[in-house]
Amino acid sequence: MSTLLEVSGVSVSFDGFKAINNLSFQIADRELRAVIGPNGAGKTTFMDIITGKTKPDEGRVIYGDKSVSLLKMSESKIAQAGVGRKFQRPTVFEDQSVFDNLMMALKKTRGPLAVLFFKQTQEDSDKVADLAEQIGLSGALHRKSGELSHGQKQWLEIGMLLAQDPRLLLVDEPAAGMTPAEREHTTDILREAAKTRAVVVVEHDMEFVRRLNCKVTVLHEGSVLAEGSLDHVTKNEQVIEVYLGR
Amino acid sequence: MLRFVATFLACLTLAFPATAQQADAPIQQLLQSQRDIIVESSRRTIGPAIDALANSGLPEAQVVMDKWQTRQMWVNTETGLFVYAEEVDRDTLRIFDFADGTEIGEVPDDGFDQLKPNSGIRGLIGTALVQFQLSDPDPDTRRRALDAIERGAEESHLAALRASLENETDTQILARKQRLERLLTIAYGETDAERIEAIQSFDGDLGVDVRAALNPLLSVRVEAANVLPTDPDIGQMLDPGSEQLSRDDAYALLVSADLAKPRISVEDQRNALIENIADGQVAGIQVATLNSQDARDMAYAALAEQGVVTAVATEAEVDQRLANHVFYERYVGAPPEVVFAAQAALNAIENKVAINQMFDLSLDALSLASIYFLAAIGLAITFGVMGVINMAHGEFIMMGAYTGYVVQLFIPDYTLSILVAIPLAFAITFGAGVAMERLVIRWLYHRPLETLLATFGISIALQQIAKNIFGTQARPLTAPGWLDGSLVINDIVSISYIRIAIFVLALLFLALFLFVMNRTRLGLEVRAVTQNPRMAASMGINPDKINMLTFGFGSGIAGIAGVAIGLYAKVTSEMGSDYIVQSFMTVVVGGVGNIWGTLLGATMVGFLQKGIEWFNPSNTLAAQTYMILFIILFIQFRPKGIIALKGRAAEA
Amino acid sequence: MTDAALPRRQPFALRFPSVMIFLTILALFTVGVTVLSEGFGIGVISTSFIKTLGKTLCLCLVALAMDLVWGYCGILSLGHMAFFGLGGYAIGMWLMYARTEIIVLESLSAAALPPTPQEVSDGIATQIFGVVGSSEFPPIWAFAHSLPLQLAAVVLVPGLLALIFGWLAFRSRVTGVYLSILTQAMTLALSLHLFQNDSGLRGNNGLSGLQNLPGMGDTPQSIVSLWFFWASALALALGYLLCAWIVSGKFGSVIRAIRDDEARVRFLGYPVEAFKLVIFTLTAVIAGIAGALYYPQAGIVNPAEIAPIASIYLAVWVAIGGRGRLYGAVIGAAFVSLVSTWFTGGQAPDINLGFYTISWVDWWTVLLGLSFVCVTLFAPKGIGGLVDILIDRKSPNRHGADLGPDHGALREQEAEK
Repeated sequence: MSTLLEVSGVSVSFDGFKAINNLSFQIADRELRAVIGPNGAGKTTFMDIITGKTKPDEGRVIYGDKSVSLLKMSESKIAQAGVGRKFQRPTVFEDQSVFDNLMMALKKTRGPLAVLFFKQTQEDSDKVADLAEQIGLSGALHRKSGELSHGQKQWLEIGMLLAQDPRLLLVDEPAAGMTPAEREHTTDILREAAKTRAVVVVEHDMEFVRRLNCKVTVLHEGSVLAEGSLDHVTKNEQVIEVYLGR
Repeated sequence: MLRFVATFLACLTLAFPATAQQADAPIQQLLQSQRDIIVESSRRTIGPAIDALANSGLPEAQVVMDKWQTRQMWVNTETGLFVYAEEVDRDTLRIFDFADGTEIGEVPDDGFDQLKPNSGIRGLIGTALVQFQLSDPDPDTRRRALDAIERGAEESHLAALRASLENETDTQILARKQRLERLLTIAYGETDAERIEAIQSFDGDLGVDVRAALNPLLSVRVEAANVLPTDPDIGQMLDPGSEQLSRDDAYALLVSADLAKPRISVEDQRNALIENIADGQVAGIQVATLNSQDARDMAYAALAEQGVVTAVATEAEVDQRLANHVFYERYVGAPPEVVFAAQAALNAIENKVAINQMFDLSLDALSLASIYFLAAIGLAITFGVMGVINMAHGEFIMMGAYTGYVVQLFIPDYTLSILVAIPLAFAITFGAGVAMERLVIRWLYHRPLETLLATFGISIALQQIAKNIFGTQARPLTAPGWLDGSLVINDIVSISYIRIAIFVLALLFLALFLFVMNRTRLGLEVRAVTQNPRMAASMGINPDKINMLTFGFGSGIAGIAGVAIGLYAKVTSEMGSDYIVQSFMTVVVGGVGNIWGTLLGATMVGFLQKGIEWFNPSNTLAAQTYMILFIILFIQFRPKGIIALKGRAAEA
Repeated sequence: MTDAALPRRQPFALRFPSVMIFLTILALFTVGVTVLSEGFGIGVISTSFIKTLGKTLCLCLVALAMDLVWGYCGILSLGHMAFFGLGGYAIGMWLMYARTEIIVLESLSAAALPPTPQEVSDGIATQIFGVVGSSEFPPIWAFAHSLPLQLAAVVLVPGLLALIFGWLAFRSRVTGVYLSILTQAMTLALSLHLFQNDSGLRGNNGLSGLQNLPGMGDTPQSIVSLWFFWASALALALGYLLCAWIVSGKFGSVIRAIRDDEARVRFLGYPVEAFKLVIFTLTAVIAGIAGALYYPQAGIVNPAEIAPIASIYLAVWVAIGGRGRLYGAVIGAAFVSLVSTWFTGGQAPDINLGFYTISWVDWWTVLLGLSFVCVTLFAPKGIGGLVDILIDRKSPNRHGADLGPDHGALREQEAEK
C-alpha cells in the first residue's frame, strides 16, 4: 500500500497560540483511520490545513501519486484533486432539493462554463437515485433539504461526499445526532468506503471508534500523542492522563 | 518787480489778508517754476514737478506734497501763488503760506482754484513723500512709509532708505528697514558685487518678498540663432516642441526675427482661398475638391505661384528652418554674475520651502486624518465592536451638525452655544441610535446585508427629512472667535486653530474610547456580549441592554463628531453621505474591531488624500477618486486591514 | 431506483411556468401599449408616458441583473447602476457625436469652401465640449464616430470594469458587507471621476440630447419612443429568458449554494471566485445594455445617475419586489419606479394636516426609505411573497428566519445545537 497523504512537521499558530505543533501524519491510499483527541487538540485545524482552509506557518503536506504539495492549492483545487470533507455540523444547501444537492456534488467538471452548459443525462440521474437509495433518502429526493431531520441531513452530507468520489475522505464526527441503528449503518458505509479510498474519521465517541476497528491516532496540543490500535492507545499512560486529567 | 506788483494787487483784492505771502521764498519759487505742469495735473507729465520737489532738499517740500496729496493745495488765480487752505465754510477759505506755515487769513474762495490730483498723481506724490516719512518722528508714519515701499519699490527709495537707517531708534522698524534696504539693493544696487552680497545675505530665507525680489532677476528672453552664442548671459537651450517652447512659438520667433518665411493659419488660408474663388474655381482647381487640408495647401501654393497671395512656408520648410536654428534663453533681468547668485539663492530657498511645504502638508494631512477619525470612531464602535453595519451613521453626523446650528439660532454666544451643542448633540444622536437599535437593528442581528439595507432606508429617509426641514442650502455653524485665525509658524507653515481643536478632539475621543472600553464596567460587558452573547447573558449581563447602550454610545459620538465637522465644513443634508464611504474605508483599511487600526486607517487615508492632492492641487475630486482606487487595491494585499485579527477570533 | 428522479426532461417552458406567464404578460402589455399609443394607435397614452413605460422596462431589466447577482448569488453589489450608467454613456457618445456631426456639416455646407475633416472634427468638438471650456476631443472619444464600436463599448466597458474589479475583489475573498462597501466605493470613485470636467465626458453636464436619433430628424418622437419601447420590451424578454435559463440549471444551483454557504461550495470543488466573477460580469453587461436602452429615452445621462444612491435604490426595488425570484425583481422595479414617478411628478394629492401640509414631492423619499425598512423587517420576501400566499406554496419552516445570503440557515442550526 502506497502513501496517499503525508503531513510532516506542520505548525500553525493563531496570535501566539500554537494550534498545531510539529504534527506529522501519514495515511495509505486504502485505509481507515480514526483521529481522537480532547477538545482543543487541533483536530479541526488539522483538517483545515489538509483542505486548504488554513495555511500552516511551516511544514509540508504531500498528496497523491504525483506527490503534489497541497499548501499552494486553493480549497476548490484540493477538493477537485480528490479530497472530500464532511463538516461537524451538517452543511447542506437547505434551500435546494436533495436531488440538486447530490447533483451538485456529483463528480463532474467544475469550471463555471462547463457548469453553465451542463446537460444532465439519464446516467447522471440514475447515479443520483442510486446514491439516494444508499443513504436512505430515495423518498425525499425532491424535498427541500432544509425540511430534513438532523440525521437525514447528516446522511445527505455523507451522500454528497460519496457523490464527489474522493480519494481521501475527511469525516468530522459523523455519528453526532444519530440513532444507534443509523450509527451502525454509518460505520458500514465508512468501512465500505475505506476499501477503495483513504478515510480519516474524527470522533469523540469511543464506542463508535471501536466499531470502526481501525488504526487510531491520538492528537494532543497540536501533535500526535500516540498511534496504533484502539486497545494499544487506550493503554498508553499519557493518553489516559490527557483524557482523564492528572 | 512784476511779481511784486502782482503780489501787491493780490493784497489789494483780498478782503482781509492778515499778512502778506512770501512770494520769493525758495519753496514758492520752486513751485512757480513748475506751475504749468502742476496746474495741468496730468499723470503723464507731472513727473518732473514731483521730482523737483522731492529732490529740492527743502524741508517745506514735504508739507507741500502732503497738502497736495490731500487736496488742500490751492492756487491763487490772480497771482498764481500756491497756498494751502482749510475750508471754513462753503465760500470761505483760511489760507496758509507754504514758506513758514503762517496763516495768511480768511478769504472768499472765488479767487482760488483747488488742485485736485487724480489717484495716479496721488500715488506718485505718495512715493516721493516716502523719503520724508522714513525719517518722520512718528513711528506709525515710518511704518506706513515702509509699507508703501513694500507695495511699490522704486530706485529712489534705496538712497532714502539708506539715509534713514542711521537715525532710526526703533529696533523693530530698524530691522524692517535693513531688510528692505537689502531687498532694494538686490533690485537697484549700483555694483554687481553689492547686489550679490545682498542676495547671499538672504540665503535660506523663506519670505515671499525675497522670492519676489529674486525672481525678476532670472527673467529670460527666448532667442534663436544659427549657432549657440558663447555670451556669458546665455541660459539653457530649448528644443522646439518641448514644454517650454512649442513648435509654433519657436517658428513664430524665427519669423519675427526675419529668419524664416511666415506661415499662414488655417483660417487665413481659407479666407484667402475664398477671396480668390472665380467661376467655382480657385487657381484652376474646382472648389468642390478643396475638402482636405492637402488640397487647400496645393490651391494656395498655386495662387502663390500666380503671385496673387504671398508665398508661405510649407511644413517641410518649417521643419528645416527649425532644425537649422538653435533656441536658447538669454538672461535679461540682471548681469550674469547676479543671475547666478540669485539662482543659487533661489535654489537654496526653494529646497527649504519644499521641506516646509512638506511639513505644512503633513499638518494638513494630520488634521484631515483627525476629521476622518472623528467621523469613523462612532463606526469603530457600532461596526468594529458590535459588527453592526450602520449606513445611517453619516446621517447621525449630520444630525449632530444640525443640532449645533439650531443651538446657535437660540444662543448667540458662539462659545456658549458650542458648549451646549456638544452634549445636546450627543443626547439627540444617542436617543436616535437607541431608537434605531430597538426598532430596527435588533431584529436583524447576524444578518449584515439586511442591516445594511435597512439602515440605508433610514439614511435615505433622514436625509430627506433634513432637506425638508432645513432646505437644501448649506447652513453655517460658526466657530467661537477664539478659534478664528491660525497658528503661523512661518510664511509657509500655518495651521488654523479650528484644525488644532479638531485634532485635540480626536485625541480626546480616542482616550474616551479606550477608557470606556478598557476601564469601565460598560466596556467589559460590551466586550463580553460581543464575544459570546449567550455566555454573557448567563453571567447576568443583559445583552439587549448592552447592545442598545453600545449602539447609542457609538451614535452619540457620531453626533459630537458632527458638531466638530460642522465647524470645519458647511452643514448640509448631504454632509453625512460625503463621509460615510470614507469612514467605512477608514475602519476597513485599519482592520475591523481594533481602535488603533481605525487610527492608523484614518492617518493613512488622510495622508494619502493630501499626498495625492499635492501632486494635483487643483483637483480634490481626482484626489478622492485616486484615493478610493488606492484603497480598493490596498484591500487586495491586506484584506483584513492594517491590524488584522487572526485565527478563530477573525471568523467570529 | 425511484421514478421520482426522472420527470425532468420536459420542455423548458413547462418546467418553469412563471417564465411563460411573464413573457405572455409582457407581450400583451407591449401590444396593448402600442395600440393605445399616439404613434401607431388610438392615442390614449401620451408619448411622454410611453417613454416612462419604456424606461421602466429598462429598469426592470437592470433589476433582473441585480436579482441574479444579489438574490441568487448573494453579492449585494452597489455598483450595478454604475454599469447601467456606463452603458448609457457609451451609446450617448455616439448619439451625441453623430447628431452634432449632422448639425456641424449642415452649418459648414453653407461655407464657401467644402469643409476639411479637421474643420468638421473641430466643429463637433467645439459644440460638444464648449460647456467644459474645451474644443478638443479627449482620447476616449476615439470611437465615437462609429455606431458598431460604441455598441461594442456598451457591452465591453461595463463588462471589463466588472471583470477587473470582480477579479480583484473576489480573489482577495472580500465578501458580504465588505464587498458591498467596496462596490459602493468603486461607484463613488467612478462618479467623482465623471464629475470632473477633464474626465472627457463633459463633467457634471453629462451627455444630452440623446432622445434625438441622428438622421431621423423627420421621425416624430411619438414613433421613436415606440421603437425604443419595443426594443426595451424585447431586451427584457430576452434578459428574462437568459436569467431563467441560468438559474434553472446546475449553474443556478451552484450560485444559490454560493449564496448560502460559500465555503461549503469550495469544499465541493467548485471555483467559487470564478462563478462569482462570471455572474458579476454577466450582470454588469446586462446592466450596460439596459442603460444603453434607457438613456436615449431619458435624453440625458450625467454623473449624478451613477452616484452610489442610484445603486442603493436598485437594491431597494429588488428587495421590495422580492429577491431570489426573477419576477419579483421585475415587479419591484416596475412598481416602485412608477409609483415614484407618480409621487414626485406632483400628481399625488398633498395631505393637509392643518398645521402642516405634506407635499409628496418632498416626503415621498422619506416614505420610500421607511417602507424599505419595513419590507426588510416584516416582509423579506417582498411583493413576490404574495404570490406564494396565492398559490399556497409550501416553504420549509425555518422558524421565522429567512433564506438569505448571510448564512441565515447556518445560524439557525447553531441555535439548535
